[in-house]
Parts: sequence; structure tokens; C-alpha cells
Amino acid sequence: MDDVRLSDAPVSTTARPVVIEAEKLNIIFNAADKPVVALSDVDLTVQLGDFVSLIGPSGCGKTTLLRAIADLVPLSSGKLSINGMTPDEARRNRAYGYVFQAPALFPWRNVTKNVTLPLELTGMPKAEREARAAENLQLLGLKDFGNKFPWQLSGGMQQRVSIARALSFKPSLLLMDEPFGALDEITRDSLNLHVHELWAQTGMTSVFVTHSIPEAVFLSTRIVVMSARPGRVLRIIESNLPRHRTLEMRDSPAFVAVAHQVREALREGHSYD
Amino acid sequence: MTKFVAPATVLVALLIIWYIAAYFLNEPQAIALMDPDGPNSFWAVVQASWSMDRPVLPTPDQILSNLADSIFNYPLDSPRNFLLQTAFTAQAALTGLALGLILGIALAIGIVHSRVLDRSLMPWVIASQTIPILAIAPMVVVAMGNVGFTGLAPKAAIVGYLSFFPIAVGMVKGFRSPDTMQLDLMRTYNASGAQIFSKLRWPVSMAFLFPSLKVAVALAVTGAIVAELPTGAQVGLGARLLAGSYYGQTMMMWGALVLASLLAITLIGCVRLGEFCLRTSRGGRL
Repeated sequence: MDDVRLSDAPVSTTARPVVIEAEKLNIIFNAADKPVVALSDVDLTVQLGDFVSLIGPSGCGKTTLLRAIADLVPLSSGKLSINGMTPDEARRNRAYGYVFQAPALFPWRNVTKNVTLPLELTGMPKAEREARAAENLQLLGLKDFGNKFPWQLSGGMQQRVSIARALSFKPSLLLMDEPFGALDEITRDSLNLHVHELWAQTGMTSVFVTHSIPEAVFLSTRIVVMSARPGRVLRIIESNLPRHRTLEMRDSPAFVAVAHQVREALREGHSYD
Repeated sequence: MTKFVAPATVLVALLIIWYIAAYFLNEPQAIALMDPDGPNSFWAVVQASWSMDRPVLPTPDQILSNLADSIFNYPLDSPRNFLLQTAFTAQAALTGLALGLILGIALAIGIVHSRVLDRSLMPWVIASQTIPILAIAPMVVVAMGNVGFTGLAPKAAIVGYLSFFPIAVGMVKGFRSPDTMQLDLMRTYNASGAQIFSKLRWPVSMAFLFPSLKVAVALAVTGAIVAELPTGAQVGLGARLLAGSYYGQTMMMWGALVLASLLAITLIGCVRLGEFCLRTSRGGRL
């Protein structure tokens, strides 16, 4: 049973090292009229090998939280550490890979050159960075597309390229901000499978922002349900689904039960009016 | 086939209008030169007005044969050879264009990277173009001549003054065109300012460089010709234009105009070739 985590059994919470730790995190944006509290007193712990989804209504600060971890927005108060480093140090150490809402590929570079871009910045020799790009493209099923230009690929493939690019530094932490929000259901399923297999193979600690309950349940070991105005963590749901998952599993009672818990938690924080 | 019909029709119509205009403009002088008692048929008057030595409006065939005469019947180093004059103008235009390109890009880099420069330089850049070049060109020539710069240098300076503007404006826009996500992406890579410039801002700005460069090229040729007018009309197509207007040599003026436009077309063609090569290396899109 070592690959199944039960919600009531806090399995090995102390055994695995902590990757992300947020304590009383507050982020306030100074808007023109009055300050907007994007995150209020957020506590969150992500351990090595976790796949954590942040889910919640628009404006709940899930993207802001991810951007704070990536040092793309400054904290107003509180503590946030990534592998024991501040977000700024973690970014400078290139400790994470980040996948944006859109692929954000450079249209003047072909697929391989998009994937090698981060490595070019470190001055890695050409042969080495191309070998690593080929490896990452292979991992995402894009082996034969290295010479294509981004606009020659479908939206789903472009987003896979951007995931391959995020793996360039061999990060121990992968941050994904609603990467499949703009894609159709069928493409989304296939990409979820890609992400799941990537995580299952590498055990890479992942934080994933999404709007979709099935997506969150399918991918995650833990689901962080957030609510809006001010953005805060409402509940953290541990998933008891097996570590290795298939798309068919989504119809199983266990899956439906977790999805139900998430839906209930979302409803709690959202009065639908 | 229809692709060529429309432009050809326009060309033929223009030529017909030109010959008719040449007849009407030159006819009074043509008649004055003819034997008043002779039996002058209408066709003879038409022919005479189309083959004046110093016509008010020369016909296209006169302009072309005058050009051919200057190019083929004089040695390349003779001032009467139009190719030599075109080379002088091209040299000034290209040197000035290079200056304008360097200045325009340097200004754009400064403006994009520094808020202070953005606020303090941009108004001057715009103000510089509100001064008529005809007013400033003689001053530049005189001022530079006083400190020992004559010939090419003042001409190149004037061309640079004209052509840096579209480059600077276009490149500021280009360097600023990366979206927030692309800039955030570079930040997650811990990219330095120089890396953000070389890997993102510069390549993205190429789509803005070529349109700016086409405007700059057209301005450069005009600028070079204007710059040649106050230099005492020594060399260049501008000098031929001025000399032509002094001596009523309309064919000389028209010849200079034809070569000036051919020069501009050739330079634009070079820009388009460069654009094509870059586009091809980027898989067909800029």
C-alpha cells in the first residue's frame, strides 16, 4: 500500500523533505482606488514528490501564489521558502521550471531552439544542450518535431514544447499555471496523461494551478482548495487514489469521492451569487 | 496574366498623358522656332515639340536617350556621366543610413532601458523632425565646413539626421513588443538584462526594423539629394538637379530624378532581400 495515501492517514509527512513552505503569506496589490488583498494568511507545505493542485474560483489568488513561489511577485508579509531558500535565491539558482498559461514560445526559434533557450543562457555547449533538448522532447512525445516552428504545431503540442522547455534545467520543482486552460477537452485529457506520466516517472515535485476539478483530482496527491476576496486556503484535501493513474479511473467511486470533496469545499467558499 | 494587365494599362495611360502634356507645354516654343511661312503640318509641330533641345517637359524617350548618352558616351570618371553622380549620392545615402541606423538603434536601446532617457530624449527626437530639412541642411554644411568637414561628411550627417528617426521610433516599439509572459519567462531563467535584450528584445524587434528601414531608405535618398543642393552644387544627383535648373536643362533634371528613384528602388530592394533572408531562416515568418 505504499503508493496509496489515505486522507485520514498523514503518511510520512515528516519523512519526506519539505520543498515549499509558506507561512502566514500575505500579498497585497496597490490598485488605483484601494489595495487588493490577493493572498491572506496562506499556510502551505509541499513535500518532495508531491503533486499539489491549487483550485478555486477566479480571483482566489492561486496564480498569485504560484507566481510568488517563482519570485514573479513580491511578498507583502509572511515567510516563503523553496528548498530552504528565499524565492529570489531559488530563482537565481534556477531551482524550478515554470509553465505559463500560454506556451509563450518564441516564434523565430524552432522547437529545439526554444527548448535549448534556457540552457543557452547558462552557456552550456551546443551539443550538450541539444542532447538534453532531444531528451526532453522525447519525454513529451515530440521527438520528430524539433525542426518545426511553433506556429506549425497545434495548441496542445505547443504547450508540450513549453513543458519540455521547463524541464531544461532538470529542476526538482515544476510549477504549472493553468497550462491547459485554453485547450479542448480531448487535448486536455491527453496532456493530463503526459503530465501525470512525467510526474510518475520522475517523481518531480509539482504545483499545478487549475480551474478544473477532474484535472485536479486526476493529477494530484493533494488538492488545495482556495476561495476569493481575500484569497485564502480553504481546505487541503489528500487524495487516496493510487499513485499510478489511468484516464479510466475517473469513473471509479474513489475518484468520484475525491471530486465530491473538492466540489463541496469549493461550494463552501463560494455562495454562487 | 491579369496580374500584369492592370499595371501595364496604368503605364501606357501615363505615357499617353505625358506625350500629350509634352506637346502642349512645348508647342509655343516649337512653333516660334519653326519657319513662320513654311507649310507646317500639325504632325510636324507635334514632332518638333517632342524633340526640342531644351523642352519645358521632355518626353520619356528624350530623357532615356539623354541618360544613355551620358552613361555610354562619357568615361565613368567624367562629371557628365550620370553613373558617377549617382555613385556620389549613393555613397552619401548609404553612409548616412549607416549613421542613422547606429544612432537610431542606440537611442532606442537607451530609451527602452532607462525611464530618464525615455522622458528626456523622446521629445527631442520628435522635435528634431519638425524642423524642415531644407532649413537645417545649409546650416549643417556651413557649420561642418568651418571645422574642416566638407564633401561626404556633411551630406552623411544630414542623411543620418533624417533617417535615424524612423529607425529609433520603430525600434523603441520593437524592443517594447515582448509581452509580459515572455519577460516573466526570461525572469524565471534568471536572465540578465543583456540576455533579455539579445535573446528576446532584439529578435522580436526585427519585425519592426525592416518597415522602419524602408522608410529610412526613402528618406536617405531624398536627404542626400537635398544635402547636395547647398554644397555649391559640386557633385551628386542633387548637384545635377540644381545645375539643370540654372541652365534650363530639363533633361538633365529629369535624368537625375530617374536615377534618384532607381537608386531608392535598388536600396529598397536590398532591404527586402535582407528581410526575405531573415524570414526564410525563421521558417517563413518574421
